[in-house]
Amino acid sequence: MSDLTPSAVIIGASAGALDALTEILPALPADYPLPVFVVVHVPPDKRSVLADIFAARCALPVIEAEDKEPVQSGVIYFAPPNYHLLLEDTGSIALTTEEEVLFSRPSIDVAFESAAEAWGSNLIGVVLTGANHDGSRGLATILRGGGTALVQTPEGAYARAMPEAAIAACPQAKVLSLSGITDYLLSAPR
Amino acid sequence: MTGTFERIEDVEIRLLLEALYHRYHYDFRNYAMSSIRRRLRQAREDFGLATITAIQEKVLHDPDMLPQLLRYLTVQVSEMFRDPSYFRAIREKVVPHLRTYPSLKVWIAGCSTGEELYSFVILFREEGLEDRTIFYATDISPEALTQAEAGIYDVDRMRLFTENHRNAGGKTSLSDYYHSGYNQCILDKSLRRNVVFSDHSLVTDQVFGEMHFVSCRNVMIYFDRALQDRAIGLFRDALPRNGFLGLGAKETLRFSEHADSFREFVREEKIYQRTEKCPT
Repeated sequence: MSDLTPSAVIIGASAGALDALTEILPALPADYPLPVFVVVHVPPDKRSVLADIFAARCALPVIEAEDKEPVQSGVIYFAPPNYHLLLEDTGSIALTTEEEVLFSRPSIDVAFESAAEAWGSNLIGVVLTGANHDGSRGLATILRGGGTALVQTPEGAYARAMPEAAIAACPQAKVLSLSGITDYLLSAPR
Repeated sequence: MTGTFERIEDVEIRLLLEALYHRYHYDFRNYAMSSIRRRLRQAREDFGLATITAIQEKVLHDPDMLPQLLRYLTVQVSEMFRDPSYFRAIREKVVPHLRTYPSLKVWIAGCSTGEELYSFVILFREEGLEDRTIFYATDISPEALTQAEAGIYDVDRMRLFTENHRNAGGKTSLSDYYHSGYNQCILDKSLRRNVVFSDHSLVTDQVFGEMHFVSCRNVMIYFDRALQDRAIGLFRDALPRNGFLGLGAKETLRFSEHADSFREFVREEKIYQRTEKCPT
Protein backbone atom coordinates (compact mmCIF):
# COMPACT_ATOMS: atom_id res chain seq x y z
CA MET A 1 0.00 0.00 0.00
CA SER A 2 2.68 2.48 -0.91
CA ASP A 3 0.90 4.06 -3.87
CA LEU A 4 -0.46 7.54 -3.39
CA THR A 5 -4.16 6.77 -3.61
CA PRO A 6 -5.65 8.31 -0.50
CA SER A 7 -7.25 5.91 1.96
CA ALA A 8 -8.51 8.29 4.62
CA VAL A 9 -9.27 11.94 5.36
CA ILE A 10 -8.84 13.63 8.72
CA ILE A 11 -10.09 17.15 9.44
CA GLY A 12 -9.36 19.39 12.43
CA ALA A 13 -11.34 22.52 13.27
CA SER A 14 -12.06 24.76 16.23
CA ALA A 15 -13.74 28.18 16.46
CA GLY A 16 -16.06 28.53 13.46
CA ALA A 17 -16.01 24.79 12.80
CA LEU A 18 -19.74 24.35 12.32
CA ASP A 19 -20.00 26.74 9.36
CA ALA A 20 -16.78 25.56 7.76
CA LEU A 21 -17.73 21.90 8.01
CA THR A 22 -21.16 22.71 6.62
CA GLU A 23 -19.41 23.78 3.39
CA ILE A 24 -17.51 20.51 3.14
CA LEU A 25 -19.20 17.47 4.65
CA PRO A 26 -22.66 17.68 3.02
CA ALA A 27 -20.92 17.93 -0.38
CA LEU A 28 -19.48 14.42 -0.05
CA PRO A 29 -21.67 12.01 -2.06
CA ALA A 30 -23.22 8.84 -0.69
CA ASP A 31 -20.66 6.71 -2.54
CA TYR A 32 -17.64 8.59 -1.20
CA PRO A 33 -15.05 5.84 -0.79
CA LEU A 34 -12.92 7.11 2.12
CA PRO A 35 -13.44 7.24 5.87
CA VAL A 36 -13.51 10.85 7.12
CA PHE A 37 -12.46 11.68 10.69
CA VAL A 38 -13.40 15.04 12.15
CA VAL A 39 -11.83 16.44 15.30
CA VAL A 40 -13.49 19.58 16.64
CA HIS A 41 -12.75 21.27 19.96
CA VAL A 42 -15.94 20.85 21.96
CA PRO A 43 -16.54 21.51 25.66
CA PRO A 44 -15.86 18.40 27.76
CA ASP A 45 -18.89 18.67 29.98
CA LYS A 46 -21.56 18.56 27.32
CA ARG A 47 -22.89 15.94 25.01
CA SER A 48 -21.83 16.94 21.55
CA VAL A 49 -24.57 17.52 19.01
CA LEU A 50 -22.23 17.81 16.03
CA ALA A 51 -22.70 14.25 14.83
CA ASP A 52 -26.48 14.62 15.03
CA ILE A 53 -26.42 17.93 13.18
CA PHE A 54 -24.36 16.56 10.33
CA ALA A 55 -26.14 13.23 10.19
CA ALA A 56 -29.22 15.19 9.19
CA ARG A 57 -27.34 17.11 6.49
CA CYS A 58 -24.96 14.59 4.96
CA ALA A 59 -25.35 11.87 2.37
CA LEU A 60 -22.78 9.80 4.26
CA PRO A 61 -23.51 8.19 7.62
CA VAL A 62 -22.20 10.39 10.46
CA ILE A 63 -21.44 8.98 13.89
CA GLU A 64 -19.63 9.88 17.07
CA ALA A 65 -16.76 7.40 17.32
CA GLU A 66 -16.78 4.66 19.94
CA ASP A 67 -13.76 2.81 21.26
CA LYS A 68 -12.55 -0.15 19.13
CA GLU A 69 -14.93 0.75 16.34
CA PRO A 70 -13.65 -0.77 13.07
CA VAL A 71 -13.00 1.97 10.51
CA GLN A 72 -15.31 1.81 7.50
CA SER A 73 -15.06 3.62 4.21
CA GLY A 74 -17.72 6.19 3.48
CA VAL A 75 -18.42 6.98 7.13
CA ILE A 76 -17.83 10.33 8.84
CA TYR A 77 -16.54 9.88 12.39
CA PHE A 78 -16.61 12.72 14.90
CA ALA A 79 -14.24 12.62 17.86
CA PRO A 80 -16.36 12.51 21.05
CA PRO A 81 -15.98 15.24 23.68
CA ASN A 82 -13.51 14.62 26.51
CA TYR A 83 -11.65 11.83 24.70
CA HIS A 84 -8.63 11.82 22.43
CA LEU A 85 -9.27 10.03 19.14
CA LEU A 86 -6.50 7.75 17.92
CA LEU A 87 -6.31 5.40 14.96
CA GLU A 88 -4.77 1.97 15.25
CA ASP A 89 -2.64 0.42 12.51
CA THR A 90 -5.11 -2.43 12.60
CA GLY A 91 -7.83 -0.17 11.23
CA SER A 92 -9.87 0.52 14.33
CA ILE A 93 -10.55 3.56 16.46
CA ALA A 94 -9.01 3.90 19.92
CA LEU A 95 -10.19 6.52 22.40
CA THR A 96 -8.22 7.65 25.44
CA THR A 97 -8.71 9.94 28.41
CA GLU A 98 -5.07 10.96 28.63
CA GLU A 99 -4.21 14.50 29.67
CA GLU A 100 -5.39 17.40 27.56
CA VAL A 101 -2.93 18.57 24.92
CA LEU A 102 -2.85 22.34 24.34
CA PHE A 103 -5.85 22.50 26.68
CA SER A 104 -7.84 20.28 24.37
CA ARG A 105 -9.33 16.81 24.56
CA PRO A 106 -9.91 15.84 21.80
CA SER A 107 -6.60 17.13 20.51
CA ILE A 108 -6.22 17.58 16.76
CA ASP A 109 -2.46 16.95 16.97
CA VAL A 110 -2.93 13.64 18.77
CA ALA A 111 -5.48 12.42 16.22
CA PHE A 112 -3.44 13.58 13.21
CA GLU A 113 -0.24 11.99 14.49
CA SER A 114 -1.83 8.60 15.05
CA ALA A 115 -3.62 8.77 11.69
CA ALA A 116 -0.26 9.49 10.06
CA GLU A 117 1.14 6.34 11.68
CA ALA A 118 -1.78 4.30 10.42
CA TRP A 119 -2.09 5.60 6.85
CA GLY A 120 1.24 7.22 6.00
CA SER A 121 1.25 8.55 2.45
CA ASN A 122 -2.37 7.52 1.93
CA LEU A 123 -3.72 10.17 4.28
CA ILE A 124 -5.15 13.62 3.62
CA GLY A 125 -5.02 15.99 6.61
CA VAL A 126 -7.08 19.19 6.63
CA VAL A 127 -6.75 22.12 9.06
CA LEU A 128 -9.66 24.55 9.13
CA THR A 129 -10.61 27.64 11.12
CA GLY A 130 -9.60 27.96 14.78
CA ALA A 131 -8.28 30.40 17.36
CA ASN A 132 -5.33 28.36 18.64
CA HIS A 133 -2.49 26.42 17.04
CA ASP A 134 -3.65 22.84 17.53
CA GLY A 135 -3.23 20.76 14.38
CA SER A 136 -0.02 22.30 13.06
CA ARG A 137 2.23 19.71 14.67
CA GLY A 138 -0.01 16.88 13.55
CA LEU A 139 -0.20 18.22 10.00
CA ALA A 140 3.60 18.35 9.86
CA THR A 141 3.67 14.70 10.94
CA ILE A 142 1.25 13.82 8.13
CA LEU A 143 3.56 15.54 5.62
CA ARG A 144 6.61 13.75 7.01
CA GLY A 145 4.77 10.47 6.53
CA GLY A 146 4.25 11.34 2.87
CA GLY A 147 0.61 12.33 3.22
CA THR A 148 -1.18 15.37 1.84
CA ALA A 149 -1.76 18.57 3.84
CA LEU A 150 -4.59 20.99 3.12
CA VAL A 151 -5.16 24.24 5.00
CA GLN A 152 -8.06 26.66 4.79
CA THR A 153 -7.06 30.11 3.49
CA PRO A 154 -6.59 32.17 6.68
CA GLU A 155 -8.21 35.24 5.12
CA GLY A 156 -11.40 33.29 4.55
CA ALA A 157 -11.45 31.61 7.96
CA TYR A 158 -13.69 32.63 10.85
CA ALA A 159 -10.57 32.43 13.07
CA ARG A 160 -7.26 32.57 11.26
CA ALA A 161 -4.80 31.55 14.00
CA MET A 162 -5.06 27.81 13.44
CA PRO A 163 -4.65 27.88 9.64
CA GLU A 164 -1.82 30.38 9.98
CA ALA A 165 0.02 28.19 12.47
CA ALA A 166 -0.49 25.18 10.19
CA ILE A 167 0.92 27.03 7.18
CA ALA A 168 3.91 28.21 9.23
CA ALA A 169 4.62 24.63 10.33
CA CYS A 170 3.91 23.17 6.87
CA PRO A 171 5.06 25.47 4.06
CA GLN A 172 4.35 22.67 1.56
CA ALA A 173 0.67 22.52 2.51
CA LYS A 174 -1.90 23.34 -0.16
CA VAL A 175 -3.74 26.48 0.99
CA LEU A 176 -7.28 26.45 -0.35
CA SER A 177 -10.70 28.02 0.15
CA LEU A 178 -13.43 25.84 1.62
CA SER A 179 -14.77 25.11 -1.87
CA GLY A 180 -11.22 24.35 -3.03
CA ILE A 181 -10.83 21.88 -0.16
CA THR A 182 -14.17 20.30 -1.02
CA ASP A 183 -13.16 19.94 -4.69
CA TYR A 184 -9.86 18.39 -3.67
CA LEU A 185 -11.56 15.85 -1.40
CA LEU A 186 -14.09 15.00 -4.11
CA SER A 187 -11.46 14.38 -6.79
CA ALA A 188 -8.81 12.80 -4.55
CA PRO A 189 -10.08 9.20 -4.54
CA ARG A 190 -10.43 8.98 -8.31
CA MET B 1 -1.30 -0.67 6.99
CA THR B 2 2.12 0.81 6.30
CA GLY B 3 3.98 -2.01 4.65
CA THR B 4 5.36 -5.40 5.43
CA PHE B 5 8.09 -4.54 7.88
CA GLU B 6 7.21 -3.53 11.37
CA ARG B 7 8.70 -0.19 12.27
CA ILE B 8 11.83 -0.45 14.38
CA GLU B 9 10.22 1.59 17.13
CA ASP B 10 7.28 -0.81 17.34
CA VAL B 11 9.72 -3.71 17.67
CA GLU B 12 11.45 -1.84 20.49
CA ILE B 13 8.13 -1.21 22.21
CA ARG B 14 7.18 -4.87 22.04
CA LEU B 15 10.54 -5.87 23.48
CA LEU B 16 10.24 -3.34 26.29
CA LEU B 17 6.76 -4.58 27.23
CA GLU B 18 8.05 -8.14 27.12
CA ALA B 19 10.93 -7.15 29.42
CA LEU B 20 8.57 -5.45 31.87
CA TYR B 21 6.50 -8.60 32.03
CA HIS B 22 9.39 -10.98 32.57
CA ARG B 23 11.22 -8.79 35.04
CA TYR B 24 8.34 -7.26 37.03
CA HIS B 25 5.18 -9.12 35.99
CA TYR B 26 3.49 -5.97 34.75
CA ASP B 27 1.72 -7.03 31.59
CA PHE B 28 1.10 -4.25 29.08
CA ARG B 29 1.65 -6.52 26.09
CA ASN B 30 -1.98 -6.34 24.99
CA TYR B 31 -2.50 -2.65 25.52
CA ALA B 32 -3.76 -0.56 22.60
CA MET B 33 -0.67 0.25 20.58
CA SER B 34 -1.46 3.78 19.39
CA SER B 35 -1.67 5.14 22.90
CA ILE B 36 1.22 3.09 24.34
CA ARG B 37 3.41 4.32 21.51
CA ARG B 38 2.51 7.91 22.24
CA ARG B 39 3.17 7.63 25.97
CA LEU B 40 6.45 5.76 25.59
CA ARG B 41 7.67 8.44 23.19
CA GLN B 42 6.79 11.01 25.81
CA ALA B 43 8.66 9.00 28.46
CA ARG B 44 11.70 8.68 26.20
CA GLU B 45 11.72 12.43 25.64
CA ASP B 46 11.26 13.26 29.33
CA PHE B 47 13.95 10.79 30.40
CA GLY B 48 16.31 12.33 27.85
CA LEU B 49 16.97 8.99 26.15
CA ALA B 50 17.64 8.38 22.49
CA THR B 51 15.63 5.21 21.99
CA ILE B 52 12.91 3.05 23.53
CA THR B 53 15.59 0.37 23.82
CA ALA B 54 17.47 2.69 26.16
CA ILE B 55 14.40 2.79 28.44
CA GLN B 56 14.46 -1.01 28.47
CA GLU B 57 18.13 -1.09 29.42
CA LYS B 58 17.52 1.28 32.31
CA VAL B 59 14.34 -0.27 33.69
CA LEU B 60 15.72 -3.81 33.56
CA HIS B 61 18.73 -2.94 35.67
CA ASP B 62 17.31 -0.22 37.91
CA PRO B 63 14.11 -1.16 39.79
CA ASP B 64 13.78 2.46 41.00
CA MET B 65 13.03 3.36 37.41
CA LEU B 66 9.91 1.18 37.38
CA PRO B 67 7.52 3.51 39.25
CA GLN B 68 8.54 6.36 36.97
CA LEU B 69 7.82 4.34 33.87
CA LEU B 70 4.53 3.04 35.28
CA ARG B 71 3.39 6.62 35.60
CA TYR B 72 3.53 6.86 31.82
CA LEU B 73 2.04 3.45 31.12
CA THR B 74 -0.94 3.81 33.44
CA VAL B 75 -3.19 6.78 32.80
CA GLN B 76 -4.41 8.40 36.00
CA VAL B 77 -6.89 10.97 34.81
CA SER B 78 -10.15 11.01 36.71
CA GLU B 79 -12.59 13.28 38.48
CA MET B 80 -15.35 12.87 41.03
CA PHE B 81 -18.76 12.29 39.46
CA ARG B 82 -17.22 12.36 35.97
CA ASP B 83 -20.13 12.33 33.49
CA PRO B 84 -22.75 13.37 36.07
CA SER B 85 -25.53 11.84 33.99
CA TYR B 86 -24.00 8.39 34.60
CA PHE B 87 -24.37 8.82 38.35
CA ARG B 88 -27.82 10.30 37.94
CA ALA B 89 -28.86 7.20 36.02
CA ILE B 90 -27.44 4.97 38.76
CA ARG B 91 -29.33 6.95 41.36
CA GLU B 92 -32.61 6.95 39.52
CA LYS B 93 -32.60 3.63 37.70
CA VAL B 94 -30.15 1.23 39.34
CA VAL B 95 -30.51 2.10 43.03
CA PRO B 96 -34.18 1.00 43.17
CA HIS B 97 -33.01 -2.50 42.15
CA LEU B 98 -30.08 -2.49 44.54
CA ARG B 99 -32.39 -1.63 47.43
CA THR B 100 -33.97 -5.06 47.14
CA TYR B 101 -30.74 -6.78 48.26
CA PRO B 102 -29.91 -7.14 51.96
CA SER B 103 -26.20 -6.77 51.27
CA LEU B 104 -24.27 -5.40 48.31
CA LYS B 105 -20.86 -5.68 46.74
CA VAL B 106 -19.57 -3.01 44.37
CA TRP B 107 -16.35 -3.30 42.40
CA ILE B 108 -14.59 -0.20 41.11
CA ALA B 109 -12.19 -1.87 38.68
CA GLY B 110 -9.23 0.33 37.77
CA CYS B 111 -9.99 2.82 40.54
CA SER B 112 -6.93 4.95 39.81
CA THR B 113 -6.56 7.67 42.44
CA GLY B 114 -10.00 7.07 43.96
CA GLU B 115 -12.27 9.75 42.52
CA GLU B 116 -14.72 7.25 41.04
CA LEU B 117 -14.74 5.19 44.24
CA TYR B 118 -15.60 8.12 46.49
CA SER B 119 -18.31 9.22 44.09
CA PHE B 120 -19.96 5.81 44.53
CA VAL B 121 -19.57 5.83 48.31
CA ILE B 122 -21.12 9.29 48.62
CA LEU B 123 -23.98 8.37 46.30
CA PHE B 124 -24.63 5.16 48.25
CA ARG B 125 -24.54 7.08 51.55
CA GLU B 126 -27.04 9.60 50.19
CA GLU B 127 -29.28 6.75 49.14
CA GLY B 128 -28.96 4.94 52.45
CA LEU B 129 -27.16 1.94 50.95
CA GLU B 130 -23.64 2.50 52.22
CA ASP B 131 -24.02 0.48 55.43
CA ARG B 132 -24.98 -2.68 53.59
CA THR B 133 -22.30 -2.34 50.91
CA ILE B 134 -18.70 -3.43 50.58
CA PHE B 135 -16.75 -1.50 47.97
CA TYR B 136 -13.77 -3.16 46.30
CA ALA B 137 -11.39 -0.62 44.78
CA THR B 138 -8.71 -2.23 42.65
CA ASP B 139 -5.88 -1.04 40.46
CA ILE B 140 -2.53 -2.29 39.19
CA SER B 141 -0.66 0.84 40.24
CA PRO B 142 0.53 0.77 43.88
CA GLU B 143 1.09 4.52 43.68
CA ALA B 144 -2.47 5.17 42.56
CA LEU B 145 -3.88 2.89 45.27
CA THR B 146 -1.90 4.73 47.94
CA GLN B 147 -3.33 8.00 46.70
CA ALA B 148 -6.82 6.55 46.53
CA GLU B 149 -6.54 5.36 50.09
CA ALA B 150 -5.31 8.77 51.26
CA GLY B 151 -8.26 10.54 49.62
CA ILE B 152 -6.46 13.87 49.26
CA TYR B 153 -7.14 16.09 46.26
CA ASP B 154 -6.04 19.54 45.15
CA VAL B 155 -8.41 22.19 46.37
CA ASP B 156 -8.74 23.70 42.91
CA ARG B 157 -10.34 20.50 41.59
CA MET B 158 -13.16 20.73 44.14
CA ARG B 159 -15.14 23.27 42.20
CA LEU B 160 -15.49 20.85 39.30
CA PHE B 161 -16.22 17.93 41.62
CA THR B 162 -18.88 19.97 43.41
CA GLU B 163 -20.54 20.98 40.16
CA ASN B 164 -20.46 17.38 38.92
CA HIS B 165 -21.94 16.15 42.19
CA ARG B 166 -24.77 18.63 41.96
CA ASN B 167 -25.46 17.68 38.33
CA ALA B 168 -25.45 14.03 39.37
CA GLY B 169 -28.46 14.78 41.56
CA GLY B 170 -26.48 15.01 44.80
CA LYS B 171 -28.72 15.24 47.84
CA THR B 172 -26.08 16.67 50.14
CA SER B 173 -23.29 19.19 49.79
CA LEU B 174 -19.95 17.77 48.73
CA SER B 175 -18.28 19.99 51.31
CA ASP B 176 -19.90 17.80 53.99
CA TYR B 177 -17.39 15.11 53.06
CA TYR B 178 -14.05 16.89 53.20
CA HIS B 179 -12.11 19.50 55.07
CA SER B 180 -9.49 21.65 53.44
CA GLY B 181 -6.12 22.75 54.61
CA TYR B 182 -3.29 24.40 52.70
CA ASN B 183 -4.09 23.69 49.08
CA GLN B 184 -5.59 20.29 49.59
CA CYS B 185 -8.87 18.72 50.54
CA ILE B 186 -8.94 15.62 52.68
CA LEU B 187 -11.95 13.36 52.33
CA ASP B 188 -13.60 12.20 55.53
CA LYS B 189 -12.12 8.86 56.50
CA SER B 190 -15.57 7.50 57.32
CA LEU B 191 -16.03 7.23 53.54
CA ARG B 192 -13.49 4.41 53.62
CA ARG B 193 -15.01 2.33 56.38
CA ASN B 194 -16.61 -0.13 53.93
CA VAL B 195 -13.89 0.01 51.31
CA VAL B 196 -11.34 -2.68 50.52
CA PHE B 197 -8.38 -1.44 48.47
CA SER B 198 -6.52 -4.09 46.57
CA ASP B 199 -3.88 -4.64 43.95
CA HIS B 200 -5.64 -6.45 41.11
CA SER B 201 -4.91 -6.77 37.41
CA LEU B 202 -7.63 -7.26 34.83
CA VAL B 203 -4.90 -8.67 32.61
CA THR B 204 -3.47 -11.41 34.81
CA ASP B 205 -5.71 -11.88 37.89
CA GLN B 206 -8.97 -13.74 38.38
CA VAL B 207 -12.41 -12.92 39.75
CA PHE B 208 -12.44 -12.60 43.54
CA GLY B 209 -16.12 -12.60 44.39
CA GLU B 210 -19.69 -12.12 43.27
CA MET B 211 -20.59 -8.46 42.69
CA HIS B 212 -23.86 -6.58 42.28
CA PHE B 213 -22.32 -3.67 40.43
CA VAL B 214 -19.06 -3.38 38.54
CA SER B 215 -17.99 0.08 37.41
CA CYS B 216 -15.04 0.07 35.02
CA ARG B 217 -15.02 3.31 33.09
CA ASN B 218 -12.32 4.38 30.67
CA VAL B 219 -10.01 1.59 31.77
CA MET B 220 -10.52 -0.91 29.00
CA ILE B 221 -10.07 1.73 26.29
CA TYR B 222 -6.35 1.20 26.89
CA PHE B 223 -6.64 -2.51 26.09
CA ASP B 224 -6.70 -4.16 22.70
CA ARG B 225 -9.75 -6.18 21.64
CA ALA B 226 -8.46 -9.50 22.97
CA LEU B 227 -7.61 -8.05 26.35
CA GLN B 228 -10.96 -6.26 26.52
CA ASP B 229 -12.63 -9.60 26.02
CA ARG B 230 -10.64 -11.06 28.90
CA ALA B 231 -11.63 -8.22 31.23
CA ILE B 232 -15.27 -8.29 30.22
CA GLY B 233 -15.17 -12.06 30.75
CA LEU B 234 -14.10 -11.40 34.35
CA PHE B 235 -17.02 -9.03 34.84
CA ARG B 236 -19.37 -11.55 33.29
CA ASP B 237 -18.16 -14.17 35.77
CA ALA B 238 -18.31 -11.77 38.73
CA LEU B 239 -21.88 -10.68 38.05
CA PRO B 240 -24.88 -12.85 38.87
CA ARG B 241 -27.99 -12.62 36.74
CA ASN B 242 -29.30 -9.01 36.80
CA GLY B 243 -25.97 -7.67 38.12
CA PHE B 244 -24.92 -4.32 36.66
CA LEU B 245 -21.90 -3.27 34.62
CA GLY B 246 -21.09 0.41 33.99
CA LEU B 247 -18.68 1.43 31.21
CA GLY B 248 -17.31 4.76 29.98
CA ALA B 249 -19.45 7.04 27.80
CA LYS B 250 -17.77 5.90 24.58
CA GLU B 251 -17.10 2.29 25.47
CA THR B 252 -19.34 -0.43 24.19
CA LEU B 253 -19.92 -4.17 24.43
CA ARG B 254 -20.95 -4.19 20.75
CA PHE B 255 -17.58 -5.51 19.60
CA SER B 256 -17.10 -7.96 22.47
CA GLU B 257 -17.44 -11.72 22.29
CA HIS B 258 -19.41 -11.47 25.56
CA ALA B 259 -22.04 -9.08 24.18
CA ASP B 260 -24.68 -11.80 24.48
CA SER B 261 -24.18 -12.08 28.23
CA PHE B 262 -25.42 -8.55 28.80
CA ARG B 263 -28.34 -6.38 27.87
CA GLU B 264 -28.46 -2.61 27.71
CA PHE B 265 -30.04 -1.30 30.89
CA VAL B 266 -29.52 2.44 30.43
CA ARG B 267 -28.28 2.60 26.88
CA GLU B 268 -27.11 6.20 26.70
CA GLU B 269 -25.12 5.85 29.94
CA LYS B 270 -23.53 2.52 29.02
CA ILE B 271 -25.04 0.71 31.98
CA TYR B 272 -25.51 -2.97 31.18
CA GLN B 273 -27.27 -5.74 33.04
CA ARG B 274 -26.14 -9.36 33.18
CA THR B 275 -28.50 -11.74 31.46
CA GLU B 276 -29.01 -15.44 32.20
CA LYS B 277 -25.92 -17.17 33.53
CA CYS B 278 -25.04 -19.40 30.62
CA PRO B 279 -22.74 -22.41 30.61
CA THR B 280 -19.49 -21.46 28.93
